[in-house]
Amino acid sequence: MSETPTLTLYDQLGGEAAVNAAVDIFYRKVLSDHRINRFFDNTDMEQQAAKQKAFLTMAFGGPNNYNGTDMRNAHARLVKMGLDNSHFDAVMEHLSGTLQELNVPQELIAQVAAIAESTRSDVLGK
Amino acid sequence: MKKISLGDQVSFCYEGETVLDALLRDNIDIPNSCKQGACQSCMVRSLDVEPPVAAQSGLKDVLRKQKHFLACLCYPEQDMAITLSQQPEFFTEGTVMEKRPLNQETLLLTVECKEPLDFYAGQFVNLKRVDGLMRSYSIANSRLHDKKLTFHIRRLAGGRFSEWVHQELLVGDKIAVSDPQGLCYYLPTRFEQNMLLIGTGSGLAPLAGIITEALQQGHTGDIHLFHGSREMDGLYWIEEMLELERQYPNFHYTPCVSRGDSPEGVAVGRANDIALSRLPDLKGWRVFLCGHPEMVNETKRQAYLNGASLKDIYADAFHVASTSLD
Repeated sequence: MSETPTLTLYDQLGGEAAVNAAVDIFYRKVLSDHRINRFFDNTDMEQQAAKQKAFLTMAFGGPNNYNGTDMRNAHARLVKMGLDNSHFDAVMEHLSGTLQELNVPQELIAQVAAIAESTRSDVLGK
Repeated sequence: MKKISLGDQVSFCYEGETVLDALLRDNIDIPNSCKQGACQSCMVRSLDVEPPVAAQSGLKDVLRKQKHFLACLCYPEQDMAITLSQQPEFFTEGTVMEKRPLNQETLLLTVECKEPLDFYAGQFVNLKRVDGLMRSYSIANSRLHDKKLTFHIRRLAGGRFSEWVHQELLVGDKIAVSDPQGLCYYLPTRFEQNMLLIGTGSGLAPLAGIITEALQQGHTGDIHLFHGSREMDGLYWIEEMLELERQYPNFHYTPCVSRGDSPEGVAVGRANDIALSRLPDLKGWRVFLCGHPEMVNETKRQAYLNGASLKDIYADAFHVASTSLD
């Protein structure tokens, strides 16, 4: 009897190809949402998509060097504009929606959501 | 061990090290952040050899073609000379061959260059007067003519360069032409892909170059051009575009005016609004946007929301030096 190697969350989701597919859907959802898209006015779309990719890679359990201080600094301007829990919740909604669209099993979606949730206090500067 | 030359400085890249590692070890100030190819902040460009394919992962095709790569992903396979920024400009001598009005405010300038230019349809060059005054203009022709270039020069109120071209520049005069630049251009790939091109004013110039090139190359996907201006007298090349439409069944042309009366066949409204309402699903399309910066930025976002992938959207915002564009 051979032992099955445990696949990481990132591998189970499909690695970089899965992140690329997800970024396209996720960022489009976020930009279409009137509750939150004002926070994305005046941003360079290519740079923003690259940041989304780094974030989703992290949330997918992939290689990252997440830095809470960077996350706080990057969002400080938005917190001043009124960024709060309701907006973070909206983004979380789109993250789950994206993964559902990509037919990711529910238990993996829950794991991704838990990682993303762990950034809440940094994003909101709490 | 591979040698990485950056200007006068030489760094050494050891086995298992990336170009970024080597540069940082030598305290070279290079922007970087994620070190895993996601943030793209450490993008540099090779001046000689083709970068390893893996180091170009995630970059837009036009950037790959011009040997841009991510320093953090690059395990060099040979010695490389790289640059952090655009290389200094080189100019070739041009001679004015023709000046012809396209409409009241725009003229067609034809310049014959001493050296053939290796450009892609849609790119721009800097045109330089003897005293150094210089402006960027898009090449309006295809690669079929690599020495004889055409430009659409719109006269701007208070625009020193455009006034000079309109008023003083004569056939036979010399003008310096820089190396081609810019990332909004047509690559002859995926011929079956549908294309949407939206331009305002002289934004038609690069788009006309792209369309001609694509049709000459045998592009088979549908090609939709929306050219907009405020009023009828701002449009030009209407007959030429209609002729092209008769010649190529996959080319579709819609002139648009946002103000005033329009004759039959001319749509009323802003070119970007008309285009995006008529083409609500852009999934899989290639999109080119040239002209007014506000139009370009707004449309880029809307084209993406309509389903186009960011890597398939090419944009060239015409920023003007003149204070009074309108």
